[in-house]
Amino acid sequence: MSFPLLTVTAAVPAVGAIATAAVPAARRTAAKWLALAASLLTLVLAAVVLVRFDPGGDRYQLTESHAWISDFGVRYELGVDGIGAVLMALTALLIPFVILAGWHDPDAAEERAASDRRWRPTQGFFALILAVEAMVIISFLATDVFLFYIFFEAMLIPLYFLIGGFGDRAHSQGEEEGSRQRSYAAVKFLLYNLAGGLIMLAAVIGLYAVTADQLGEGTFSLQAIADARAAGELDMATNTERLLFLGFFFAFAIKAPLWPLHTWLPNAMGESTAPVAVLITAVVDKVGTFAMLRFCLGLFPGASEWATPVVIVLALVSIIYGALLAVGQRDIKRLIAYASISHFGFIVLGVFAMTSQGHSGATLYMVNHGISTAVLMLVAGFLISRRGSRLIADYGGVQKVAPVLAGTFLVGGLATLSLPGLAPFVSEFLVLVGTFSRYPAAGVVATVAIVLAALYVLVLYQRTMTGEVKDSVKHMPDLRPRELAVVTPLIALLILLGVFPKPLTEIVNPAVEHTLSDVEKHDPAPDVEAAK
Amino acid sequence: MEALIGLLVGAPLLGAAVLLCGGRRLDRTGHWLGTALAAASFVIGLILFIDMLGREAEQRAMHQHLFSWIPVADFRADVAFQLDQLSMTFVLLITGVGTLIHLYSVGYMEHDERRRRFFGYLNLFLAAMLLLVLADNYLLLYFGWEGVGLASYLLIGFWQHKTSAATASKKAFLVNRVGDIGLAIAVMLMFTTFGTFTFGPVLESTGAAGEGKLTAIGLMLLLAACGKSAQVPLQSWLGDAMEGPTPVSALIHAATMVTAGIYLVVRSGAIFNASPDAQLVVVTVGAVTLLYGAIVGCAKDDIKKALAGSTMSQIGYMMLAAGLGPIGYAFAIMHLVTHGFFKAGLFLGAGSVMHGMNDDVDMRKYGGLRKYMPVTFVTFGLGYLAIIGFPGLSGFFSKDMIIEAAFAKGGAQGWILGSCALLGAAITAYYMTRVMILTFFGPERWSKEGPDARHPHESPKSMTIPMIVLAVGSVGAGFVFDLNESFVHWLEPVTALEHGHPPMSAMTITAGTVVALLIGVGTAWAQYGRRPVPVQAPRGSLLTRAARRDLLQDDFNHVVLVKPGEYLTRGLVYLDHKVVDGFVNGTAASFGGLSGRMRRVQNGFVRSYAVSMFGGAVLLLAATLLMRAV
Repeated sequence: MSFPLLTVTAAVPAVGAIATAAVPAARRTAAKWLALAASLLTLVLAAVVLVRFDPGGDRYQLTESHAWISDFGVRYELGVDGIGAVLMALTALLIPFVILAGWHDPDAAEERAASDRRWRPTQGFFALILAVEAMVIISFLATDVFLFYIFFEAMLIPLYFLIGGFGDRAHSQGEEEGSRQRSYAAVKFLLYNLAGGLIMLAAVIGLYAVTADQLGEGTFSLQAIADARAAGELDMATNTERLLFLGFFFAFAIKAPLWPLHTWLPNAMGESTAPVAVLITAVVDKVGTFAMLRFCLGLFPGASEWATPVVIVLALVSIIYGALLAVGQRDIKRLIAYASISHFGFIVLGVFAMTSQGHSGATLYMVNHGISTAVLMLVAGFLISRRGSRLIADYGGVQKVAPVLAGTFLVGGLATLSLPGLAPFVSEFLVLVGTFSRYPAAGVVATVAIVLAALYVLVLYQRTMTGEVKDSVKHMPDLRPRELAVVTPLIALLILLGVFPKPLTEIVNPAVEHTLSDVEKHDPAPDVEAAK
Repeated sequence: MEALIGLLVGAPLLGAAVLLCGGRRLDRTGHWLGTALAAASFVIGLILFIDMLGREAEQRAMHQHLFSWIPVADFRADVAFQLDQLSMTFVLLITGVGTLIHLYSVGYMEHDERRRRFFGYLNLFLAAMLLLVLADNYLLLYFGWEGVGLASYLLIGFWQHKTSAATASKKAFLVNRVGDIGLAIAVMLMFTTFGTFTFGPVLESTGAAGEGKLTAIGLMLLLAACGKSAQVPLQSWLGDAMEGPTPVSALIHAATMVTAGIYLVVRSGAIFNASPDAQLVVVTVGAVTLLYGAIVGCAKDDIKKALAGSTMSQIGYMMLAAGLGPIGYAFAIMHLVTHGFFKAGLFLGAGSVMHGMNDDVDMRKYGGLRKYMPVTFVTFGLGYLAIIGFPGLSGFFSKDMIIEAAFAKGGAQGWILGSCALLGAAITAYYMTRVMILTFFGPERWSKEGPDARHPHESPKSMTIPMIVLAVGSVGAGFVFDLNESFVHWLEPVTALEHGHPPMSAMTITAGTVVALLIGVGTAWAQYGRRPVPVQAPRGSLLTRAARRDLLQDDFNHVVLVKPGEYLTRGLVYLDHKVVDGFVNGTAASFGGLSGRMRRVQNGFVRSYAVSMFGGAVLLLAATLLMRAV
């Protein structure tokens, strides 16, 4: 038996989480370092996976397969394809920065818990982050539907506590109201996602029923289902396939989130601390869009095609609606949340355009949106921690007193509006062109976001960073070394992947060809074969 | 030799990186580093130019492939350069004028504590602009296109602590982004039509594509060009862009970046040639803008805004010429180059005047400055003669050619376009004479004492030398270009060349141009030279008042776009909170009959609720499995 690299990659943060939680109350700093070390080790392992992965090789590599709940055909099956590989790498990459940026996030909770020594907020905060990381990584690697489902659902628990238990130190409406809104946000997050999960569970069971019925033995294995379909042994009735598709899609559309199921995200991102908001939007939500690509298209190709017109309209509504709402926000973090909703619309659009450019673009979009939102949100968090307010109107003229902070914020903003030269441009243009080549009208509507994104980013920058220096920001310190250590590598990566994205496209492209062959789609041919 | 092409972009890019990331250590030397790298790029350009001249006209284009940028299936975007005669012309203009303006800025920005950053941005602009004109495909061009937009944004808003500057920079970026939609769609259309967006294959296969597709591509390219080149209807940002430091106005908002739209149209000539409809729209935009900009230029008392109106108008001439097809492309570029000299010179002159007048821009408070700033006066005066088309100076040759080509379009269109161009020439002479008289002649209208006292003086050498060089270019370039039609033949391999046949002789048209010029100068002199100029602007006629407000463009945008947009976003924010959120929550609640529980949740029984949901999930799972078993 070969070395179970994938299991170990997911296990390291899980073990790290337990170890961090076990650190005694008095040794808070040690817990932080331990968590950081665990996340860095995970990053190293993820890098090893990327290096070992052969883009030209099998669809799923480094596979592991063990019987688990044999009564129901559930197996512990892991495997990595190009899409899962880059998303796992994104997760492993972002977590150390989330931890580093959140270094002082539990302090407020520590103060509240000062009288009660049983509750150790610092240990809890970092352990929960690592727990989420472990579950997200497993989700990207699981090739058994049930295994995926378990972790897809289980990650709600640590996230619920991260949102509800740790908020920004200062709330514009006072500590008590802040606490009330935090628990409202946490519950809303939980309810929405549980509702999606319940419906998905029904569909998961339905899938088992169908496979058991047609293959004689129920299975959740992606490979087994694909093989059976290729051999003609599995042929779902049209209505069954559509119902199952809807069950899966609903859960992913809440997680991603797609209009009109998006309203939990602004609450969750607004009330949690900036690093947790990054964890939600840059990492966890990607499981939703990833799962659309892998499970909706892979398991239910016919139904996916059937649903495409509606999904594309919903994606377009998300793109425009999210951007317009971002323009109308007065709260920095909620603005970024609505911008994310617009961006998730792009990802879904790319997935359902069902072209090479759309799929590669959507996958790169997941990675690039993760990095760019991390920069923008984390710098916003640094800004908010200095002034103790999330309201845009409370800032003004910051660039004069903290030019590096303003500069990095601007870079994050420019990435968010997909400026060429930064990574998100590559993915956004690929999604646009991939959509346009099959659905020209949808492609044209989506380009309107080019202007709207510039509007919400530049208005945000103008109101917070330019103009007269407000008294309240007069003594604002510039970025500290720890904060610079968070932002600088991410910005370097944005530039690198904007100018030279080829290392990523080389990994993703072959996987995308597999997905396209699942749905039996070919790229539209050009009108004229130009002299090449 | 090809390997040098990348260095053209690389040198200023290096400068930008070093200056922007280098920190305060470079505050004392950074500006010289920036200037040296701009000059290095110019020298490389010259070497390549000399090499190019040594080869046969048809063998002059050079290519350099650096690496594959975005490869996904048939979508292939490369970082690859193409240096042909058209690109070469731009390279020399950009790096030449760019270097002069770097030099000028050393003096102009001397007392600004953020001078290092200013030079970093200027270097960034050069790199992006060179990328724009050297790209061998439309997507890489788009990279440069947005890159210059970023540099322009950063430089217009360089004095960010001024709200007006921050607002102007945001406006410029946004209006440009509207145009960028056009470029994005054009690239996508090319991809679906030709399967590629590299210049060579696209432009060589236009014959095989349907005219409807080509018209669509052409119109989308024109939309992009309107944004970048401040053409109607996307012109509103250029006047506000004058909030930027004056060297920026000279380099970016007069000589180079704003002409990128013309580059785009001329580069895509094969597409427009195949679509007369698209061409008609191009000439219409050009003719409307050349009159629009000229009228606005007449009413402004702010010297930079008057010049900005003039820039719009002159680019309108170029757009008109570019829309005429092969009879106009070469003249569009020729006017672009001569305009680059004289308009950059005029802006630097304006900057020099402001430098001596405590940054006052109101021409009504100038007057008689020729005594105090002789070098500025002479160089500005030569630029003035060049722009109004004084016979023998550069603007005369290039503008006359465009007017001729406009008439040569033939039929009613030819007469209308030609007349617009002639009328524009008269108005140009009028508003430029007005600027000249208000600034350098007549009584001195500034205050000599008190807190607002002005002490006009000539600018330092680092500023006057670039002005002198540009003045020499303004005087001589046209003559050199016109010698044996050297410029037209130089571009011929790229733009093709057809000689137009105007309905009257070339001499008649030239005479008409000169008459128009004399009328314009005479009217301005009668109005401002013979009568005293009030320091406070008179109320003016309806047209004057409208022109002062840029012919109500901002009012129009405000009513049609800004206000409805605000209502829309505000309405949606309300809707999202009350309706979408409420509907989804309500549906969920009514499904489970959970509204009572929802109330408990909000009372704080959060955990019990979560537990009960989990309990429900387990129950459901158990029930379903049980059903199967039964």
